[in-house]
Amino acid sequence: MTGAKQDALIEISNLVKQYVMGKETVTVLKGVSLHVYPGDFVAIVGPSGSGKSTMMNVIGCLDTPTEGSYKLDGTEVRGLSDDKLADIRNKKIGFIFQGFHLLPKLTALENCELPLIYRGLPAKQRRELALTALEQVGLGERVHHRPSELSGGQQQRVAIARALATNPPILLADEPTGALDMKTGQEVLGLMEELNRQGHTIVLITHDMDVAKRAKRTVVMRDGVLTEERRYGHEAEPRVQDGVQERLVEQA
Amino acid sequence: MKLSQGFRMAFKSVWSNKLRTALSMLGILIGVATVIALVGMGQGSQKEVEDQVASLGTNSLSVTISGRGTTTSLSLEDALALAEITNIEAVSPTVSGSATVKYEKTSTDVTVEGITGHYEVVNDFSVQSGRYIAPIDVRNTQKVALIGVDTAEELFGNEDPVGEVILVNGSRFTIVGLLEAKGSTLTGSNDEKILIPITTAQKMFDSVGVRSINIKVEDMDRMDATVSALEASLLETFRGDDSSYRVFNQEDAVETLNAVNETMNTMLLYVAAITLLVGGIGVMNIMLVSVTERTREIGIRKSLGAKRRDIMFQFLVEAVVISGMGGALGIGTGYLGSYIIGIADGTDTSVPFTTVIIAFAFSAFVGVVFGLFPANKASRLKPVDALRHD
Repeated sequence: MTGAKQDALIEISNLVKQYVMGKETVTVLKGVSLHVYPGDFVAIVGPSGSGKSTMMNVIGCLDTPTEGSYKLDGTEVRGLSDDKLADIRNKKIGFIFQGFHLLPKLTALENCELPLIYRGLPAKQRRELALTALEQVGLGERVHHRPSELSGGQQQRVAIARALATNPPILLADEPTGALDMKTGQEVLGLMEELNRQGHTIVLITHDMDVAKRAKRTVVMRDGVLTEERRYGHEAEPRVQDGVQERLVEQA
Repeated sequence: MKLSQGFRMAFKSVWSNKLRTALSMLGILIGVATVIALVGMGQGSQKEVEDQVASLGTNSLSVTISGRGTTTSLSLEDALALAEITNIEAVSPTVSGSATVKYEKTSTDVTVEGITGHYEVVNDFSVQSGRYIAPIDVRNTQKVALIGVDTAEELFGNEDPVGEVILVNGSRFTIVGLLEAKGSTLTGSNDEKILIPITTAQKMFDSVGVRSINIKVEDMDRMDATVSALEASLLETFRGDDSSYRVFNQEDAVETLNAVNETMNTMLLYVAAITLLVGGIGVMNIMLVSVTERTREIGIRKSLGAKRRDIMFQFLVEAVVISGMGGALGIGTGYLGSYIIGIADGTDTSVPFTTVIIAFAFSAFVGVVFGLFPANKASRLKPVDALRHD
C-alpha cells in the first residue's frame, strides 16, 4: 500500500445509522469502521439489504450518520448542515451511479458542467474542465450529444467525466456496471482501473464479486457490519479461496 | 450560482415544455390582457365624459322647477330676478320643446329653445355670423331665430342662412344668426337646434312660466354660499315647499361621474386581482407537478453540490419566467384588444404606461408568491430520497 503512512482520506469509526420507520427504529449500520487512503481502490461488497447502499449514502454525504464519526479529508461530517454537505459533495466527491443519473435534456458537455456551475466557476473555465474530462474518458468527439443519443457505456463514461470534472479527491461508484452488458461493463471497469493508476482514489460499491475483484482491496458488508477486510497485492496474485467468505458474497 | 446562469437554465427548462408552459401562462395572460383592454376603454370613456362636462363649464348651476300644486313653474320675471343674488353673473331661463322646421321643400324636426340674450354668456354659446337674440326681441315677442350649424346645413346646404325665412310649426321666423359649431354634450346635440326669444317660445308651446334656468356664477369659491342663497330665494317664492325645485351644480355632476368611474375602476381592480389569483394558482399547480416530476433531477443536482438556495432559485425563477412571460404577452394582447375595440366602437382608448408597468410587475410578483411554495418544497427534498425516486 502506497498510502499506508499518509492520513486517511476517509476515516470511519464506530459509525451507526438508524432509520425510524413508523414506530420502529431500524439500525442499518451497526458500528462500522473503515479507513481509505489516498490512491486506494476499495470495493465494498455485500448482498442486497446488507446496508451497503446506506454506507454509500453516508460516504457520499447524501445522508448523515446517527452515531460515530466520519471524517472526510480531515473534516468531521456528522452534524453538518445541508448546505455544508452540498458543498462537500461538490468539492470532495465524484459520484458514479448505477443508473448514470444524467439529465436527459442536457448535452454531455452541459452534464459535465453541472457540478462546476454549482461550484460557481465562470463559463469559460467550466467548458475547459468539462471538455478535458470528456476527453479523458474518450468521449471528446461526442460532447454535444444528449444522453438519449449515446449508448449505455458512453452514458456511463459521461457520468465518469462529470465526476472527474471537479477533480475530487474521491470517486464514489455505486454499481457502475449494474446497468451495462458484460463487455461495456468491463470497459468501464478498465477505465476505472486506469483512473486509479493515475492516482484517483476510488470507492466502489457492488454486489458482484467479479467486479469487486478488480479493486485492490475488498471489504465485505453483511447485516450492517463490515465483517472482513482483505487486501490483495498489486500483482493480482491468485486469491486463496475462503469458502465461508465466498458463499457470503455469492448470496448477493 | 450566478443570476444569469439561473435565468438561462430556467428559460431552457420552460422552453422544453412548450405546451405546458403556454397553458399555464394562459391564466395570467388572459387576466392581464383583460385588465389592459378594460383600463384602455375606461380611460377613453372617462376622458370623453370629462371633456363633455368641461364643455358645459363648471361654474354654472342649473335649476329645475317641478312646481307645487297648480304653480308648476316660475314666472319669467321671478326667474330673471334671481340675477339680483350676489355672485350670480347671469341668469338664462329657457323654455324648450320640439318643432318641425321647414324651408322651401325641406323640413326637419329639431329642438327649439326659448332663450334670453344671457344664454350666450351662461352657456358660452355664441354666433359665428349674424346677431344674437336681443332684449328687444324678447320684449316684443319677435319671430327671430338662431340656427345650429347642422340644422342650417340640412335646410340650406352650403348657403348662408342668415336673413332667410323659415317656418317653425307653421309660423314664419327670420333667421338672424348662425350659431357656432359646438358638438354634442351630455344634454344632446348643440348643433341641431333653433334658438328663439323666450317670450315667443312661451307663446308657441303655450307655457306660462319657465321650468329650466341656467345660472352662471362669478366666483367658483363662493359656489356653496350662492347655492344656499339661491335655494333660500326659491324657498320663499314657493312658500316653503323645498320639493318644487332642484338646484343642480355642475361640479356635483363631475363628482358624480368621477365617483361612477372610480367604482368602475375599483371593480376592475378586483376583477384583475381575482383573475391573477386564478392564474397564479395555475402557475403554482404546474410548478408542483414539475417538482414531483423532476424529483430525480433535483436529487442529481443536489448530489452534484446544488445547495438549497440553488434549487429554490431555479424553481422560483421558472415560476417567475412563466408568469412574467404570461404578463408580457397579456399586455401585448390587451393593448391590441383595446386598439381594436377603439376602432370598432369609434371611441378613444388609451392605456397609461404606469398601468402597463404595474400589470407586468404584478404578474411577476404573482410568480414569486405562487412559486415560493413549490420551490421551497423542491429545495427541502433529501438527496437520498430524491435520487431513489423514479
